Parts: sequence; structure tokens; C-alpha cells
Amino acid sequence: MTATAERPQTTIFTRPKSTTGFWSWITTVDHKKIGIMYGYAAFLFFVLGGVEALLLRIQLSQANAEFLTAGAYNALFTMHGTTMIFLFVMPVGAAFINYLLPLLIGARDVAFPRLNALSWWIFFFGGIFLYSTFIFGTSVAPIGADGFGGVDGNLAAGGGPGSFNFLATSPDGGWFGYQPNAGPLYSPGTALDFWALGLQILGLASLISAINFIVTVFNMRAKGMRLLRMPVFAWMSTVVAFLLLFSLPIIAIALFMVTADRQFGALFFAPTGGGDPILWQHLFWLFGHPEVYILVLPAMGIVSEVLPVFSRKPLFGYSAVVFAGAAIAFLGFGVWAHHMFASGITPVAQAAFGLATMTIAIPTGIKIFNWLGTMWMGRIRLTTPMLFAIGFVAMFTIGGLSGVTHSIVPSDWQQTDTYYIVAHFHYVLFGGAVFGIFAGLYYWFPKLTGRVMSEKLGKTQFWLMLIGFNLTFAPMHWLGLQGMVRRTWKYAPETGLEPWNVAVTIGAFIIALAIAVFMFNWYTSKRRGRLSGLDPWDARTVEWMSPNPTPEYNFAVPPVVERLDHFWHLKYDEDEEGRAAPKPDMDQIVAGIEEEQLNPKTPIHLPNPSYFPFFVALGIPLMFYGIIYHTTTWGKAMIFIGGLITLSSLIGWSTEPLEEPHIEHPEPDEDESGEPAEEVSAS
Amino acid sequence: MTVAHDEAVEHGHPEHESTGVESRKLGMWVFLSSEFLFFGALISNYLIYSNRGGFEGVYPAQIYDIPFTSVSSFVLLMSSLTMVLAHNAMSRGDQNGTKTWLFATAALGSVFLGGQVFEFTEFIVEFDMTLTTNPAASAFFVLTGFHGIHVAIGVIMLLSLWGLSRRRQGLSNKGGLNLEMVGLYWHFVDIIWIVIFTVVYLLSTVPT
Repeated sequence: MTATAERPQTTIFTRPKSTTGFWSWITTVDHKKIGIMYGYAAFLFFVLGGVEALLLRIQLSQANAEFLTAGAYNALFTMHGTTMIFLFVMPVGAAFINYLLPLLIGARDVAFPRLNALSWWIFFFGGIFLYSTFIFGTSVAPIGADGFGGVDGNLAAGGGPGSFNFLATSPDGGWFGYQPNAGPLYSPGTALDFWALGLQILGLASLISAINFIVTVFNMRAKGMRLLRMPVFAWMSTVVAFLLLFSLPIIAIALFMVTADRQFGALFFAPTGGGDPILWQHLFWLFGHPEVYILVLPAMGIVSEVLPVFSRKPLFGYSAVVFAGAAIAFLGFGVWAHHMFASGITPVAQAAFGLATMTIAIPTGIKIFNWLGTMWMGRIRLTTPMLFAIGFVAMFTIGGLSGVTHSIVPSDWQQTDTYYIVAHFHYVLFGGAVFGIFAGLYYWFPKLTGRVMSEKLGKTQFWLMLIGFNLTFAPMHWLGLQGMVRRTWKYAPETGLEPWNVAVTIGAFIIALAIAVFMFNWYTSKRRGRLSGLDPWDARTVEWMSPNPTPEYNFAVPPVVERLDHFWHLKYDEDEEGRAAPKPDMDQIVAGIEEEQLNPKTPIHLPNPSYFPFFVALGIPLMFYGIIYHTTTWGKAMIFIGGLITLSSLIGWSTEPLEEPHIEHPEPDEDESGEPAEEVSAS
Repeated sequence: MTVAHDEAVEHGHPEHESTGVESRKLGMWVFLSSEFLFFGALISNYLIYSNRGGFEGVYPAQIYDIPFTSVSSFVLLMSSLTMVLAHNAMSRGDQNGTKTWLFATAALGSVFLGGQVFEFTEFIVEFDMTLTTNPAASAFFVLTGFHGIHVAIGVIMLLSLWGLSRRRQGLSNKGGLNLEMVGLYWHFVDIIWIVIFTVVYLLSTVPT
């Protein structure tokens, strides 16, 4: 610890003091509070994205329905995809990683606590920025532009029968924003600018947290926590961080190019000026395919934690699971063009990308067999998290298998842009990622609250969700193979597609019911759930050595890790036949750990809260609003004001020490676990 | 379960810096690895478009002023040298030298930026090549523009450090780390320019 010569300076604000209430959340740099905020925000967006999906399904439940206008339909499927990917699954992954990564590696916080707060606030403002398109955005389809507008253009602009046309002010280019459709010629309103710049903000948030997580894993591990002793979730977090690190700059460039085209008249993707729309597809999917693994790898990590605990066996092939995760990430950068088989790339490229895609099945298969091997001969407890984890393995396998069919190029030509694709990616992202997320929420709920969620409601939710999910997405396979195309808001009655579409819509509402059960369960269990104690699940990894709910300092005594599944080995021995047997004094051991972790012997000093991350982040969306309206005076003013807020906050940030070196520490501020206030040694 | 733990563990920094590299420095390395992909995508864009024939208007490769850009490239390369000298002076505890070389680095960076402004003005005014001329021109301006923004941010950081080093007590240990991080960033920006100058300026030909 180096002594700093600088005097504590409070340039713009006095240092925030509150540890409870509104300002404590605004100024917090605690990875757990940030994780919780990420989680709640992501869930809010999950509900919004879900409502969008339900509106889409109501429209499709009937042939030639007139529930939504074409414009509203385009806007809703775009926002559904964008929301679920960028505003739900990614931030919920960030929520898990934020809350758990330091705990899993036995640390007190991430490497850069204030930077962590900054990522969260940038994400939050980015989400608001993106959704503000419903208020400020305009979406005007050109009429007769180059012969592509005309009648269809009028429909897309919102004409034609149906209601909810006011929703058509949001982006309508699909989550992939293909060019030139999403370019200035065919989408002249501001809605697509909100999309391109909104994703830019969200990407910045993810990039910052990726750097933070990588440094955390490499530099903050507890004593003895070697890389190959880390829980698999910590490993998958690391892999995800590297995926973000290398894929986000590419989409950042691509989105800058779109903004340059739309705002400043550049010609990157304009076919009339010689631009190349296919380049957009390459750049987008060069990011977009790694993105798929960014979405699913955290869930794979969660499942790899849950299955061993409830099978009462170590994870089968730990290092194989870890390396398979890294291999998936590595291969994930070499398969992007399988999203583009129908775009006219050369046969050699098609063959190469088809083969590369097939090879991804190998590490994925390794993982699935290892999960099965973990359960095999285990003494399985079918708790709610375990059910969701098993559901993940089963549903993800189905999605993986239909994914392999896309690697066969001629077969893919038939499936491209049909509901078969929609079925596939919902099996991997909903059946995969979302089931994994719920497994994690039920499993780690005690760490947040000190209570266990209701098993009865949890199992109700699981079965509702499993049935609803399969009723929604399995029929999409056959609909797709019958030729139902994606992204059209109507189909004719003669096509015979209606019966399965009715089933799909019913399934979607069953999923909504399952989510409602979950919300009720969360709300009630938080208040009245059974108290969990230290170790409600007979867990294996060191995060359960910290008391529940997690105290602000995580560990009064950071664990010294002796092997993989350290906590479990403290509780269990082997008997003569090499089987695991609980130590006779297991209960005392657990109680001893809890006692030790609840009562820090020496005062623990933690990073102080700070106003600056919030204000640095606040300036960014203001500048981006300014870019959209940069031709107007107040647009220029916005850029200036936003820049000023961000820059001055950055200056304030850089003059503010991470830990306030004050001399005497105040008496303990109120806190749920009543730990002493942080104290200070010269930083 | 009670275990021996050292002082550092007590104070909330369990096994600080498992890698032995200071966290903030490691963070800078990680960030720069991401930046390589950022410029990789930009340079690829330029190569894709600048090699395509048939665009209307001027191609960047038709109007490069190689002698001029060589000089400004040399200036930027020399700023890497002065950056190393600043770092060296800091590690020897020579506050005066640190101050001088930091300022020299910022000054050389500013000269390079001035050259870029002059180049852009010349292209726009004399040769009528703007962002909207053709995709090759768009790619050129966005690539070199982003590099210029990176240099400008570097100059701002250098000047801030220079300001700090002018105080009576000079740069502290922590300031020394800041200097090292700014140095990493600065060298990265220079390396990227070497690639840009070679690939975009020297090897670029006008497609037929």
C-alpha cells in the first residue's frame, strides 16, 4: 500500500456519506448494490420486451389480423429483439457477474469499484436513451424512393388497418439493422439514430465492465485461488469479458459508420454512392455471433454451479468444461458468415463457414456430456434451481441441434428468414440463457436476502414456463418449415398457418403467467421466505462462506483456498471406499465459519461512495441526443452541455481518492448486518 | 478453518495483484487490446473501399502528400521517444526532466494534430474530397479522424500530467503510475499510426 501525498480534495462535491436511502444507491460503488440495480433494471426491460412480444403474438394469432399496424409491428419486433438482447440478457449477465464474481474468487470488490458504478450508470442511461425513441423518435418511410417505397412504404410508415400506430415511432430495422434499409434513404426518421447511438452507449458500458472483470479475475483472487480452482461461473465470466472486449470495438465501428451515413452524409452503406451493404452484415455478425455466446455463457456458468450442488457430486470434467467454454468463445469469432449464407458470399466461404460452424458443436457437446456426467449416479435433489438447470440442458440441446442444421448450407437456404430460425434462437436464448438465469436467481437468492424462495411457487413457475415455452417455440419449427416467413405482420388464411399460430400465442401467455408467478414469489419470499442460514443448499464454493445476506465487506476473513470446491471439502471427508462422507462435526464447522465471517476482528475499510460515476455517465446520453439533432442550435448546445458535464466530472473523479484517508472513523452507520464502518489506513 | 493471513488480507485487499502487475496498468493493457480491434476494423474498412474502382470523385490515394505526411509521422514517432525520456526521468526521480519531456511530448503531438488539420483542409478545399465524396473518402476521414481524436485525448492527458508535474512537490508515486499509463496509451497511438502510414498512405494505390 503506497502512501499518497495528495491531500483529499473535494473539488465539486463533498464526499457522499449516506449508506442507506436514495443517495446511497446513486453514489454506491459496492459491487453487490450495483449488481442488484443491474438485475432490477434488466428485469424491468424483460417485462417491457415481454409485453412487446405478447402484442406481436396477438397480431399473429389470427390470419389477416388487424390488431397492429404494419409500422407498429415492425417497431415492436425490432424493440423486442433489441430489448431482450441488449437490455435484458446482457445486463442480467452483468448483474450476476457483478454480484458474484468477487464473492466467487474470495475478493471484497472488483478491481475498479468506481468504474463499475460508471458502467452501470452508462448502461442505465443508455437504456433510457434507447427507449426514449417512443417519445422523441420519428419513423417516416419514404414514398417512392428509388421505387422501393410506394404502397409498402406507406404501410410501413403506419398506414393501413390496425391500431397501436403510435408505437411506430421506434426503430423498425430489426435488431440487426440491415443496411441500406436502416440507412438514411429508406429510414429517414430519427428512430434508427436512437437505435444506433443507443447501442453505442450500451456497448461502452459493456466494454468498461469487461475491462473491470478481466482485471478483477487476474488480480483480485483470494489466497490460493488459482485460475483452475475458480468456480466455473467465474471462468465463464472471464470468457464473456474477453468476448466483449474483442467484439464490441467492431460493432462500435459499424455503428459509427451508420451514424456517419445517417447524420453526416458518408457513403459507407449507401448503394447509390457505391457503398457496400454486405459489409454491414459482415461487421454486424462479426460482433453478433460472439454476442450469442456472450448471452449464453453466463447461463452455462450458472448451470455448472447448480448441477454439482444438487447432484451432490463434483462437476464432471471441470477443466474440460472450462476449456470448452474458452474454445466456444474462440471458435465464435470464426463463424459469423453462417448468418449470411443467403447473401451471395462465395461457395468457398460458405463451405468454410459451414464447417467452422459444425466444429462449435464439439465443445458444446463436451459441456452437455459433462453436465450429464455430473448428474449421472448423483444423489439428485430436484429443487427449483436444479429443475431450471436440467431444463436448461434439455432445451439448450434441442436448440443446439437445430443450430447444427443451419451449418448445412443448402438446408440453411431453405430456413433463412423463416420461423424455423426464430424457433432455433429462442431455444438457445430462452430455453438456454433464460432458464439458466432463473436457475441462478433461485440458487443465489439467499445471498441477496438471507431467505430462500418458495419451492412450491418455484416449481409451479418452472412447469408453467417449461410447458409455455415449448408450446410457444416448438410449433415455430413446423411453421417455419411450412414456409412462414419472419417479420411479416400478416399471413393469409389459405396458408393454413393459423392453428399453430394460435398455439404459439397461447404458449406465450403461459410464459407470461409463469413470470407473474416468479414476481409474486420474489416479492413474498423477500419478506416472509424461510431464513437460509449460511449454507441452505449444502454448497461447494466459497461464496457460501460469506454470511447471508452478504455483508458489505463480503468476507470478514477472506478465504484461503486449498482446492477446487473448497467449501465442500471443509465439510466432507472420504470414507474408506472413497465416497464422500460428511465430517461428524459438520454443523459446528459451518456455524464456526458463519461466526467468524460475521464478526470482523479488525475494522475493514472499503472504497468510498462517489458522485462522479453517475455524473460522468449522465453527460453521455445528452451528447448523443445532441448528435441526433446536431443541425439545430439546441442540438449543438446539448453536445456542449453533455460534454461539459462528463468532462468536469472526469476531472473531479481523477482528483478524488478511491478511499478517503480521514483520520477518525465515525460510528457504524446503519447497515443490515451491523458491521463496523469502514476504517482507513493510508490508501 | 482459521488460517494465517497477512496484513494485506486484513485490510481488504486479498492477495492484491495476483499477476504482480498493478491493476490500473493491467486495465490499460486490456483496454488497448480492445483498441487494436477498433482500429483493425477501421483500417479494414479503408482497404475494402479504397481498392474498389468506379467511384465518383477523388480517391484519397490520388492526392496524398507523402513528403508532408512523412514529416508529420516523424514528428509523432519522435514524441514516443520524448515519452520514453519522460518516463525515464520519472523513474530516476528527476522531476525537472519529467516536466520538460512531458511538455515536449504534448507539443510534438499537437504539431502532428496541426498537420492533420492542415491535411484535411487541403483535401477538402483544394481537392474537393469530403466525407460525402465516395465510400473511400468516407473511410479515409473516419479512420484518420478517429486516430486524430485518440491523439487529441492523449495530448489532453499529457498536458494534465504536465500541469500536475509543475507543482512544487512534482509527480507523486501515483502520478508516476499515471505517467506510465499515459505512456502506454501514447505508444499505442503511435504504433497504430505506423500501421496507418504504411498501409493507408504508402501502400495505397488508385484502383483502375
